[in-house]
Amino acid sequence: MSHHESPSRVLDWSVQPPYLYSPYVATVRRAPHHPLVPLPASLLERTGPVYGEGDIGPLDHDLTKNAAKNGEPLGERIIVTGRVLDESGRGVPGVLVEIWQANAAGRYIHKNDQHDAPLDPNFVGAGRTLTDDQGYYRFITIKPGAYPWRNHHNAWRPAHIHFSLIGRNFSERLVTQMYFPGDPLLKYDPIYQGIPNIKARERLISSFDLETTRPEWALGYRFDIVLAGYDRTYFEEDH
Amino acid sequence: MRPQSPSQTVGPFFAFALVREGGNVLVNEKTQGEHILLRGQVLDGDAQPVDDALVEIWQADAQGRFRHPADPNYALADPHFRGFGRSGTASGGFWFRTIKPGPVPPSPVPCIAVRVFARGMLIHAVSRIYFSDHDNLQDPLFASLDPERRGTLVAERQLTPAGVVYHWDIRLQGPRETVFFDL
Ligand SMILES: [Fe+3]
Repeated sequence: MSHHESPSRVLDWSVQPPYLYSPYVATVRRAPHHPLVPLPASLLERTGPVYGEGDIGPLDHDLTKNAAKNGEPLGERIIVTGRVLDESGRGVPGVLVEIWQANAAGRYIHKNDQHDAPLDPNFVGAGRTLTDDQGYYRFITIKPGAYPWRNHHNAWRPAHIHFSLIGRNFSERLVTQMYFPGDPLLKYDPIYQGIPNIKARERLISSFDLETTRPEWALGYRFDIVLAGYDRTYFEEDH
Repeated sequence: MRPQSPSQTVGPFFAFALVREGGNVLVNEKTQGEHILLRGQVLDGDAQPVDDALVEIWQADAQGRFRHPADPNYALADPHFRGFGRSGTASGGFWFRTIKPGPVPPSPVPCIAVRVFARGMLIHAVSRIYFSDHDNLQDPLFASLDPERRGTLVAERQLTPAGVVYHWDIRLQGPRETVFFDL
């Protein structure tokens, strides 16, 4: 097959952030300097781990329940849902979607987080799920707080939820962050600003969604994700 | 075409969600093949260990097969081997208990696919691990790389009382920067 010989590019570097973006100070000593080498698409990249329902627990998608000890976590309960699509607009099923975040006060459970804000005994802030046949996922969680970091004077991360996606083969892999509409901190955040293209940045901002919002219970946010990867035709022809 | 979603850094606080107990142990006692320990460090431009990186590996089983429908020999793949592993570097480096994969045709030599994420990396980097006890120049991709740099992809085999260990470091920048691929 021809795709075993010819390099097929996956990442669009007009959309993806560069390795070196000096306003985000930690990139300076961690950015590779050599140009990336094109990679012919061998079977190693056309395969990847396959996940099934057996890998997911019944409460894994509900961060308000999956670490509850003696009550509900504090903060604003929200529903986060969306669709994982490929670049041709088709839903991608069976994607492992993992999320992690700070609690409502802006504090992570991680031992290295020294932000002077309270931990919540009923909230860990980690969840996982699989996309359904149409590529949809859904989480219930708490709206995360903004938190300070030491990148520059008075640096604060906008409220965000970290997302990790493992798609249908090694080429379909994305780690990103979801932001909230209207956040005044986005303008000052070098991680968000590191994305070269303004339209591309804005695709990481979720939208408030009245349809997802559940009356008397929780606001809904919609966050669709386009997962780059080798084209799907390979799967369609063979299966 | 829909524009792809941009990447963002994994940040410093991913371990409680992504690094699970046993996630870096790919084998059990029934897994076929030569069991190995694969270990190394992620090093920054000052050659300092990066202790908040995430390393993922993907590889074939001992016969060069994948438990994935794109592999024509899918049904014959070792049921005791998934092929995917994740390790953090909080203890100074990463390590995996895995097996030496079989070569995946058309390449006559084995290799492992790697992705690394870290605080300070707005997007992941992709690399490959080849093995020091194989003639890697038989692999067309390896042979096509800059001769000065291709050694950065070779894991060194060491025989220890505890078994076979392969050592491979990821150098994010500096004079011996690891070869990274566009994926
Ligand atoms: Fe964060």
